[in-house]
Amino acid sequence: MLGNLIGVVFDGVAFGALLFLISVGLSVTMGLMNFVNLAHGAFAMLGGYVSVELMTRLGVPFLATLPIAFLAAALAGFILERTLYQRLYEADPLDQVLFSIGLVFMVIATFTFFWGPTLQPVNLPEWLRGQFRVFDIGFGVYRLFLIGVVILITIALGLLIERTRFGAQIRASVDNQQASKGLGINVNRVFSLTFALGSGLAGLGGVLGIDVLGLDPTFPLKWMVYFLIVVAVGGAGTIRGPLVAAILLGIFDVAGKYYVPEIGAFVIYVLMVVLLLFFPNGLITRRA
Amino acid sequence: MNMQSLSIVDRLPAPRVPNDRWHKLEYLFWILPFVAYFLFPTNLVLISQMMILALFALSLDLILGYAGIVSLGHAAFFGVGAYTSGLLSTHGWGEPFSALLMAAVLAAILGYITSFLVVRGHELTQLMVTLGIGLMLYEIANKATDFTGGADGLWGISTWPLFGIFEIDLYGKTGYFYSLAVLFIMFLFARRLVSSTFGLSLIGIREGAKRMPAIGANVDKRLVAIYTISAGMAGVAGALLAQTTQFVGLDSLGFIRSADLLIILVLGGAGRLYGAMLGAVVFMFAHHYISDINPVYWQFWIGLLLIVIVMMGSGGILGSVERILERRRNRAAEKGAS
Repeated sequence: MLGNLIGVVFDGVAFGALLFLISVGLSVTMGLMNFVNLAHGAFAMLGGYVSVELMTRLGVPFLATLPIAFLAAALAGFILERTLYQRLYEADPLDQVLFSIGLVFMVIATFTFFWGPTLQPVNLPEWLRGQFRVFDIGFGVYRLFLIGVVILITIALGLLIERTRFGAQIRASVDNQQASKGLGINVNRVFSLTFALGSGLAGLGGVLGIDVLGLDPTFPLKWMVYFLIVVAVGGAGTIRGPLVAAILLGIFDVAGKYYVPEIGAFVIYVLMVVLLLFFPNGLITRRA
Repeated sequence: MNMQSLSIVDRLPAPRVPNDRWHKLEYLFWILPFVAYFLFPTNLVLISQMMILALFALSLDLILGYAGIVSLGHAAFFGVGAYTSGLLSTHGWGEPFSALLMAAVLAAILGYITSFLVVRGHELTQLMVTLGIGLMLYEIANKATDFTGGADGLWGISTWPLFGIFEIDLYGKTGYFYSLAVLFIMFLFARRLVSSTFGLSLIGIREGAKRMPAIGANVDKRLVAIYTISAGMAGVAGALLAQTTQFVGLDSLGFIRSADLLIILVLGGAGRLYGAMLGAVVFMFAHHYISDINPVYWQFWIGLLLIVIVMMGSGGILGSVERILERRRNRAAEKGAS
């Protein structure tokens, strides 16, 4: 019984870590640009497909596809930000929602056209498969790997934002755009690079998530609500908020599906509405 | 182009003192369904679905176009209405008018309860709460298979004849006039509502929610009221669909339906009532023909259309027509002046 619980928590943390990796970019975009981007999952999906294509067509090993998927998603994010997203920063949230829904529909249709509606396969290397046992409780090796990768990336991200000049520019832009512009920070450039970084991280999450979330053209719509919950509950514009929210969401989702499968995803929707009821601005709010 | 002009809310028709008199074109619009009845006798079912969708879009227009509340889960109320009517029928009560009323009441109650969540909090919270409530109901309907039929949908609905006389037939003749009558009555109600002082205060809230309390309007209370009314109306639309098609699918609660509804409204032009109905007709028509070729293409084109509407900032079909008319009027005025 206790073993079960530990296993569920472990899986939940791994799932949450993955959700965090994909959603952290969305949190920054929403906090920084106030942009309600429902199409964020599309960048994750792009990363996933790039990786699958590289693995099956060119035989590139799994780990080597990670940086390429990151770059591909970041580039796509950069181009879309420069051409389309940027025009809608000042627009009404309704416009942003409609625009990103439109983008999601187009992406789904395009991917279905080229790759068909089926699930994409992933070839994990031998050393990432299987389980190891501690005190007779089985842990998935891949899930441990997932947690490790996300811890590393979170530390790197924290250092980037807290310790570097670019990080300081991001923080300044989030806090007060007007003043940052006045200080000579190129806020538009900060926006573009941040958007690209967030998209890249989503792409990375897309690859790492093929085995956990599955990969087919409806991916952005299927998981959209999870990414949004992480940001809405965690509070936009921070890193700690989404991290806490993602881990909570991961644990509750896995536990809900394990212990009470008959009500399925209902658990997390209730959790979300209740949390939003008590924390309408997210668990951890930015310093004003 | 300045950034402000990109906003759809800014492109809504300028507030003006309401004129309750009917325009010539309005009479014409309401004659069209009768003309269509004789012109397309084989497509009656499709046209009645257009009218039901128009009613659903009308309900969203009340909260989005007038009060400025963006909802990603309006299908929740549509679905509640549909399941209410459907379940009443499968449990032995198929009388359509009372079922319609029941559906409206239940959907309105749900709308009233959830409106407090929607009214508080900023935009993102609003989006998430409407989305979350929609998904929650979807999960309930999906998992309660004994009750709702789950993913297979609710079968075995039989609607009793209207007034005990007119049977809902396969060709959809009764359903056609039934839908038309309900749509028309609900439209009259909505039209009266938006040109009342209450309707004007909603526009006031949309234009400046912070200033409305200064002239003595209780913003939250009014938003709760319109949200409840809109939910009830969506419930009626859902019940109407259940009664005329004698089937309730799980998709009546789905996110795609809510998203499609938003598309319909901005396509036709929000904040005009007629925009909602026009959007429904154009959308269903395009859906019917493009989807036949390939559903994937349909999704691609509707996505592209959305992006174009947002980027061009046209205010939908009616917004564009209004702008063309305005330009022509200005030109005529200039000519007259010179």
